[in-house]
Amino acid sequence: MSTTLLAVQILNGLQLGVLLFLVAAGLTLVFGVMDFINLAHGVQYMLGAYLAVAFYALTGSFLSALVLALAAALAFGLVLEFAVFRHLYDRDHLDHVIATFGIILFLNHGVKLVWGAAPLSLPMPELFSGSVRLAEGLVYPVWRLVIIAAGLAVAALLYLLVAHTRIGMLVRAGATNAAMVSALGVNIRRLFMIVFGFGAMLAGFAGIMIAPILSVEPGMGDTILILAFVVIVIGGIGSIRGAFLAALLIGLVDTLGRSFSVDILRFVMGPSPARTVGPAIASMLIYLLMAVVLYVRPTGLFPAKGR
Amino acid sequence: MAVLLAASPARPRGRLQALPACIFLAFALIPIVALFAGGTYLVSLGSRVMIFAIAAVALDLLVGYGALISFGHAAFIGIGAYAVGILSVYGITDALVSLPVALAVSAAYAFLTGVVCLRTSGVYFIMITLAFGQMAFFTASSLAPFGGDDGLTIAARNTLAGLPLLRNERAFYYFVFVCLLGTYLFCRALVRSRFGRVVRGAKENPVRMATIGFDVYRFQLATYVIAGALAGLSGFLLANATEFVSPAYMSWQRSGELIVMVLLGGLGSLDGAIIGAAAYLLTEEWLSGVTEHWKVIFGPVLVLVVLFARGGLIGLARDLARRFARA
Repeated sequence: MSTTLLAVQILNGLQLGVLLFLVAAGLTLVFGVMDFINLAHGVQYMLGAYLAVAFYALTGSFLSALVLALAAALAFGLVLEFAVFRHLYDRDHLDHVIATFGIILFLNHGVKLVWGAAPLSLPMPELFSGSVRLAEGLVYPVWRLVIIAAGLAVAALLYLLVAHTRIGMLVRAGATNAAMVSALGVNIRRLFMIVFGFGAMLAGFAGIMIAPILSVEPGMGDTILILAFVVIVIGGIGSIRGAFLAALLIGLVDTLGRSFSVDILRFVMGPSPARTVGPAIASMLIYLLMAVVLYVRPTGLFPAKGR
Repeated sequence: MAVLLAASPARPRGRLQALPACIFLAFALIPIVALFAGGTYLVSLGSRVMIFAIAAVALDLLVGYGALISFGHAAFIGIGAYAVGILSVYGITDALVSLPVALAVSAAYAFLTGVVCLRTSGVYFIMITLAFGQMAFFTASSLAPFGGDDGLTIAARNTLAGLPLLRNERAFYYFVFVCLLGTYLFCRALVRSRFGRVVRGAKENPVRMATIGFDVYRFQLATYVIAGALAGLSGFLLANATEFVSPAYMSWQRSGELIVMVLLGGLGSLDGAIIGAAAYLLTEEWLSGVTEHWKVIFGPVLVLVVLFARGGLIGLARDLARRFARA
């Protein structure tokens, strides 16, 4: 394995990591503050991508498609919260799972009805469509770098928002003890709604950003949802910092595992069994990692305080 | 939930026995009805319902009685099915071998993952079982020698002690029927035993059970392994019914559907799990005949069930019966 290939795969891993962070951040906040399991978070990611495609077809400009799709994703998140989720906050987790599962079924097949089952694609913005030479022999697509930069920027913004603003303080307080925050006169329902809408928008943002390099298709949110679950379980549910570090970790482990497992296994077995076993091990790697983490630390690496 | 449990001993014994008797009588009569209408279609639909009912009853042990919401239950079905498929690739096609192997492998997977999963609780448990389910799914998808993504076609159904008994649709039906009956009676005995009372106690208050001196973890692990093995049985039957195994058997949507079946029927009543499985699969059969996009209808129905019909179909029936009795 050459250093160039390693560098490219590390960048790919980072890109997957920040993408996972965008999805996991909303998931972990919603769970941390409202104790609500939102399986439908993945379809919000999918919907972001579909909305971007639809608005691009209308406006012909990526930037306006991005802005409109973000607004629509936010609006849709708020509608879902208003229509369904707010009636479920004081139910048990099983009810959350079933209701949000129902929403997944509805939306996964709903987009098929509206946009058809065939994969769609979103053209990349002209400005970022090329590749850039980062070092001798290391050429990397600009758009992936844009995704990494955007993800890191959102992470920084979230950090500022959560650690240094009044609303962030309320969110942290809500994650620790929602009843107490409510007793102190904060409109907790409105806080929930803001957090929920924001989380839905972040997931939608992830979907929009990835749409130019992945095909936009029904069910695309399901894979990322489960990876995001692994991320927030490893990071500690309710912790943004944990979600960030775990997302990068999972992104790197998964990407590097898939690229190099066969090569590494060749050291211990023949090339033919390595080619068979390698992919199987690579796809299990992150789940094994999660199992080890949970075995050692049942509440994740960075559990939010007070939980 | 507490109300449901507290109410169960007070229910009149006669009615309590009537429901399962009706269910099993109906299942027993389906092949006879099929002689006059429906034919093999009805028989194989009935087998399918009973196969999933076995897995749903097993899942109800975890979700309904143990408050262990396993979101990876389909993995065990898949493992049981793959045991049949992989053995048949190597020419072993007798149920006397493949059934014990299917049970043992799914029980072993349940044990290995249960050791880790049960260290966690609540939402962590949901997510980690989901992740282990996905792990099994991706492993099966990458098993290139056994079909990978495309799945594996099984040449013929298993023989039973050398006899091609299961290849007859009706005989297979009654074989599944016996399996479901056995599963149901076993689980019913289990939840009423001392073992079952410990598990139910741990659902209500694990700390208190631990304080009285029970090692809750062990009891839950044993339940998890039993539920896994029973799902493996359902997988064994499913592979034989369809003569095909595929990673799709273990997809997380399938695990979700199993939870839906249990919840639809009513949690913590094994009859409910069977009714729920039947209700789900028949609705699927009916709606998918109406429109290809039947899940667009079914999704919102689920949301409505959660919002308005707590206690599932059994709870709903009981409410109606109570209102009727009062009027």
